[in-house]
Amino acid sequence: MTSNNIQLDNNGRLKHFLTTEGLSKNLLLDILDHAESFAGVGDRAVKKVPLLRGKTIVNLFFEPSTRTLTTFELAAKRLSADVLNINIAQSSTSKGESLQDTLQTLEAMHCDMFVVRHGTSGAAHFMAKNVSSNVRIINAGDGNHAHPTQAMLDMFTIRRHKPDFSSLKVAIVGDVLHSRVARSEIHALTTLGVNEVRIIAPRTLVPAKAENLGVHVFNELEEGLEDVDVIIMLRLQHERMRSALLPSEKEYFHSYGLNEAKLKVAKEDAIVMHPGPINRGVEIDSQIADGKRSVILQQVSHGIAIRMAVMTMSMGSLTEREEDQS
Amino acid sequence: MSTDKYDIEKIIADMHSRLESYLKEANISDPLLIGIQTGGLWVAESIKQKLGLDSPLGQLNIAFYRDDFSHIGIHPHVTPSNLPFDIEDRHIILIDDVLYTGRTIRAAMNEIFDYGRPASISLVVLIDRSGRELPIEARVVGKRLELKTDEHVKLLGPEPMALEFK
Repeated sequence: MTSNNIQLDNNGRLKHFLTTEGLSKNLLLDILDHAESFAGVGDRAVKKVPLLRGKTIVNLFFEPSTRTLTTFELAAKRLSADVLNINIAQSSTSKGESLQDTLQTLEAMHCDMFVVRHGTSGAAHFMAKNVSSNVRIINAGDGNHAHPTQAMLDMFTIRRHKPDFSSLKVAIVGDVLHSRVARSEIHALTTLGVNEVRIIAPRTLVPAKAENLGVHVFNELEEGLEDVDVIIMLRLQHERMRSALLPSEKEYFHSYGLNEAKLKVAKEDAIVMHPGPINRGVEIDSQIADGKRSVILQQVSHGIAIRMAVMTMSMGSLTEREEDQS
Repeated sequence: MSTDKYDIEKIIADMHSRLESYLKEANISDPLLIGIQTGGLWVAESIKQKLGLDSPLGQLNIAFYRDDFSHIGIHPHVTPSNLPFDIEDRHIILIDDVLYTGRTIRAAMNEIFDYGRPASISLVVLIDRSGRELPIEARVVGKRLELKTDEHVKLLGPEPMALEFK
């Protein structure tokens, strides 16, 4: 069997993890199941398993990040891999080195996996196409395109609270237009067979032809939150104000900020999620962010398990599958 | 493929009595039982009932510790290990269904030491088959089998347990 999906190997196993788009429901569930197994590792005396001992993983971050970088680093270390963090903003690209040259230089150092964050959509795909066949790429966020591990840790968090995807109504609130998190979440949610995905945003921040993604679009927060089980708040990027897509933070909070009163229309046991970092008082009220419905900190811990799962699965596809023996 | 002529119940009853005399001899009064998933866990469950121990049964999944990850990748659907007790300074009875190359037991011991430092580990297996690749031997063996490398034995279960030969 050969696959024309760059993310899969000839046996249909995960090779590179670049986007949630185009992956099967079974593969996404496989990632969640593996993460469930890895979740327990963090509770033990020795928070490490030897799966990736002797492998070198490079976190290649062209954009600043704290929690994504840290959880990728922790995940790699819990798998016993050696980790290198390279912050390109302070490195050779400022001397004019191209992405291709950076990649070749690092490959010459015999690294096994690159975790890439880049401001340009498609950067991780570009790398996956250009690396040698024994190197793996994981997308840690590219431009406005995709952030698949964030989407999967959100699916993991949802499943922990609400195991039956098919009965769920999920609302994604905020700047969907510029959000790689939202895009990856929408693909994951629809593939996993969620009952309804809604996006709630001002007209200026809704992607063109959003309905084609299989979502329902709402422009009023309270209307969109009616009866939902899961609310995913997106971070509002300050630069959107400057580009005049939004009037002011205060006005945004008034219309789209989540507070106790607006939360009342959602289901009584609805959970509130946010990929972080939070703008308190802009997209979400502190009372909600720290309240009992919030699962924001769980999302962070789950991020480690998901990243361990994805790294292991993708490294595990390095060789052809042989017969199992005990 | 053929299922066997062996009476598993009887073999386990015999293992239990030999394990009991070993424990007495070694002066171990309150051991912790750990079964290796999945077959070892069935055997461990059965032995635990016979010993009448209070402490819960630990279960080990060695998928994260296998030495063949770079050959075959990760096993799908790994049920996580669960050791619901503190193993520090305790005597461990490690139980598996088939002892073959010894690699599973090595992986299991590596994992156990990531939870703490036990006082001792004794190995109990239902089947000890030929083909060892590591210096690992069981304290109590249910049945010894001489098999060629292309012959395989597998425990089916849990109710009833039976051996499958290929």
